[in-house]
Amino acid sequence: MNQRILMKGNEVIAEAAVRAGCRHYFGYPITPQTEIMHYMAHRMIEAGGVMVQAESEVAAINMVYGAAAAGARVMTSSSSPGISLKQEGFSYIAGAELPAVVVNIVRSGPGLGGILPAQGDYFQATKGGGHGDYRNIVLAPASIQELYELTVDAFNLAERYRMLTMIFGDGTLGQMMEPVLFREEEPINRPDRPWAVTGTQGRREHNTVQSIYIEADDLEQVNLRLQAKYHEVAAQETRYETVGCDDAEIIVVAFGTCSRISRNVIRQAADEGIKVGLVRPITLWPFPEHILDQLSQKGHVRAFLDIELNSGQMLEDVRLAVNGRRPVHFLGRMGGNLPTQKEILEKIREIAGRS
Amino acid sequence: MTDYSIILAGFGGQGILSSGRIVATAALLEGREVSWFPSYGPEMRGGTANCSVVISDEAIGSPVVNEPDVLIALNGPSLEKFAGQVRPGGLVIVDRSLVHQQPQRDDLRFFAIPASEMASNLGNMAFATVILLGCLSRNSDCMGREAFEKALYEVLPERHHHLIPAEMSAFDQGVAFQAAT
Amino acid sequence: MEKVFARTKGLTDKPFHYCPGCTHGIIHRLIAEVMCELDILDETIGVSSVGCTYNNYEYFACDMVQAAHGRAPAVATGIKRVHPDNMVFTYQGDGDLAAIGTAEIIHAAARGEKICTFFANNAVYGMTSGQMAPTTLLGQVTTTSPFGRDADLQGYPINVCEMLATLPGAVYLERVKVTDFKSIQQAKKAIRKAFRVQQQRLGFALVEILSTCPTNWGKSPAESLAWVDQVMVPQYPLGVFRGADLEVDA
Repeated sequence: MNQRILMKGNEVIAEAAVRAGCRHYFGYPITPQTEIMHYMAHRMIEAGGVMVQAESEVAAINMVYGAAAAGARVMTSSSSPGISLKQEGFSYIAGAELPAVVVNIVRSGPGLGGILPAQGDYFQATKGGGHGDYRNIVLAPASIQELYELTVDAFNLAERYRMLTMIFGDGTLGQMMEPVLFREEEPINRPDRPWAVTGTQGRREHNTVQSIYIEADDLEQVNLRLQAKYHEVAAQETRYETVGCDDAEIIVVAFGTCSRISRNVIRQAADEGIKVGLVRPITLWPFPEHILDQLSQKGHVRAFLDIELNSGQMLEDVRLAVNGRRPVHFLGRMGGNLPTQKEILEKIREIAGRS
Repeated sequence: MTDYSIILAGFGGQGILSSGRIVATAALLEGREVSWFPSYGPEMRGGTANCSVVISDEAIGSPVVNEPDVLIALNGPSLEKFAGQVRPGGLVIVDRSLVHQQPQRDDLRFFAIPASEMASNLGNMAFATVILLGCLSRNSDCMGREAFEKALYEVLPERHHHLIPAEMSAFDQGVAFQAAT
Repeated sequence: MEKVFARTKGLTDKPFHYCPGCTHGIIHRLIAEVMCELDILDETIGVSSVGCTYNNYEYFACDMVQAAHGRAPAVATGIKRVHPDNMVFTYQGDGDLAAIGTAEIIHAAARGEKICTFFANNAVYGMTSGQMAPTTLLGQVTTTSPFGRDADLQGYPINVCEMLATLPGAVYLERVKVTDFKSIQQAKKAIRKAFRVQQQRLGFALVEILSTCPTNWGKSPAESLAWVDQVMVPQYPLGVFRGADLEVDA
C-alpha cells in the first residue's frame, strides 16, 4: 500500500489505532466522531479485537480503565459533551497510572452547543478536567497524515509513561478527507507490564490497580511521583513545529486546523512585505513554552498573534511564556466558524500597522 | 496548474458527497494535493447536502471553502445559497432540469445542463452528477478523463463497477455539452 | 495436633476493618473459599467498588482493581474482554450498584457479560454514614430519611434481582442471606454457582446477599440478623429469579 489514499480523518484514527496494536475499543456514538466507532465495528472483528458500544461515555471510559488495568492497548473516542462525561474516568486513570488513548474530536459548546468544529476544550484537556492534580499528554494533529502519525505515537507515549494520552482534534479534522500514506507495518514495542491484572497464575503475589490512598503521607508520595513523571514528560516529549520564525516580526501561534489556515497566510503576508512566522504546538500539554520564551527575546520579533477556535484559551499559556516581553494579540472564532485567510491577513496587517 | 476550490451542493441522496470524493480522488491520482470536507449535520437524508473540495499544488490550509472557484448546484436553494460567494470569473454549473433560476450576477461562467433529463435518457438518474462533472472537467483543469475513470474504480464499491462504462458515457456527454447561454 | 480449621488461602492475612456484626466479612470468606475450592484463585480478577468494601482489594488474594463509584460492571467488562479466559467478579453495595451504578449493572446484565456480581444489600449507605439507599425499606429511618422512608417523598425500594430478571442476558440471579449456618451454606452454593456459570460462559450472574449494618441501623449484631430475617426478607424474598434449572455444578 505504498500509495497515498484519500481517507476521512476519523477513519484514519481508527485504522492507525489498529495498526498500532490496539485491539480494544469502547465507545458511545456522538457527532462528529462516530465514524471512528463505525470503522472499529468491522475493523476490530477483522483484526481479532473487541469493539463494545457502551451504554454511556461514563461506562466506556470505565471499560477502558478495566482493559488498561488488564494490560491491553485500549482506546475510546468521543466529542466534547461526551468527553466531559469521561472526565471522572480520566482522573482515575491518572491516579492508577494506566496507559490509555482517548480521542476528542472537539465540537462547539458550551452545553450541547453545536456539532461544528471548535477548540473550546483546550482548558479541559490541558489543565485537568477531572478532579485532582494530574496531567494528560495532549497531541494536536493538523492534518490527516498527522492524525495517523500521532495516533500511533499516542499508544507508545501512553505506555511509556503510563498516562492517558489524548488526540485533540476538531470537527474539521475528523470529517475531512485528505491523502494519507500508511507505513507497511507499524513496529510495536510494548514495555513490560508487571503491574497489570492478569490473574496471578500462581507465579506472583496478587496485583492491585487502585487510585485510593487513605493515608495522607502515602497519597502525597503518589502525587510527588506523578509530578516527577510529568516533569520528565515535559522535558522529553514537548513537540512543536516552527515555520519562518528566524526573521519574523510577527509570530502566529496556532494549533490544529487554525495552524493550517495560518500557514497559508504567511506567504500572502510575505508578498506584502510583512514577515510572519508560525509556532505550531503539537503537544498542547506539555506546552512548548520554551520556544515562545526564546522568540519573545529576539529583537526581530515585535508581536505574537494567537489564533484559536475559542475565546482565547491557549492564549493564557502563550502570555505566560511571553511573560509580558511582547504584546500578544488574539484572533478567535467560535460556534463552529473557522477564521478565513482574509481575516487572519487583515489582523496581521493591523498588528504590523499596514491597515 | 490552477488551484481550485469547489462547492458541490444539492439535496441529500443526490450523490453530492460521493461526487466530491470522486473529484478529489481523481485530482489526487493526478498528483495534486486535495481535501474534501462535508457539510455534516443532523439530517441524514432529504435535507441539503454540500461538500467542499480543494485542489492545489501546495499543502492545503482550510478545507472549508468560503469563496469557491467552482459551484456545482443540483437544486435551486443551493444555487441561491452559494452563487453569491463564487469568486468573480468563477464557474457555475447547474442541473437545468432541477434548477430553474439563474445566478443574479454577470461575472460568472454559467453552464445550465439538463443533466437529470439526459441521465434519464441514459436510463439511470444517478448519472446526472456525472454529466455535470464532465462539464467541470472540460471547463477547468481539475481532473482529466482518465483520472476520473480511475477514481470511479477507487471510490465506488465493487458491486457498482459494472456501471462505470455507462458512467463514462454520461461523463462524455457532459464534456460534449455546449452551453446554450 | 490435627488442624481442623484454617483461614482460607483466598484471603490475605490483613485483618478486616468492618464493624462488629457486619456480614461483609462472611461474604468475603465465602467468595474466597469458593475461589479456592474451584481452584480459580490464580486466574480470578476482582473489582472493588466504592462503599465500605472499597479496599477489599487488600483482603482478596487474587488480582484486584479498584473502580469508581458505580462503575465496577463497566470496569469488569473491560477486564473480561481482555482476558476472556479469566474469572472476573465485582463486589458492590446497594448504593454503588442500585443508585449511581444502575446503568452499568443493567447494561452489563443486558449484554450478558460473562462476569459475576456479588451484591451486598444492607438497605443503607454505610461508609458515608447511614443515608437512605435505593434499597432502604419504606418507613426505615436513615440520616436522610429521619422520619422514615416515605413513598410519597422518596419513592419505593428497588428489588434488583426482580428487575434484572427481565433481561435474557442475566442467566443466573439469586437472592440469599447470611444470618445463620443454613443460609450461609445456601449463600456459598449460590456464589459457587455464579462462578460455574461464568466458567461455562453462559452469561451474566448476580448473587444478591442481604446483609447487615448494625452501626447505621442502630442495632446490636444479633438484632441486626433478626431484622434481616423479619423485616428485609418480606421486601426482598429469597430465591432464584433466573437460572433455577441451570445444571452447572457437575
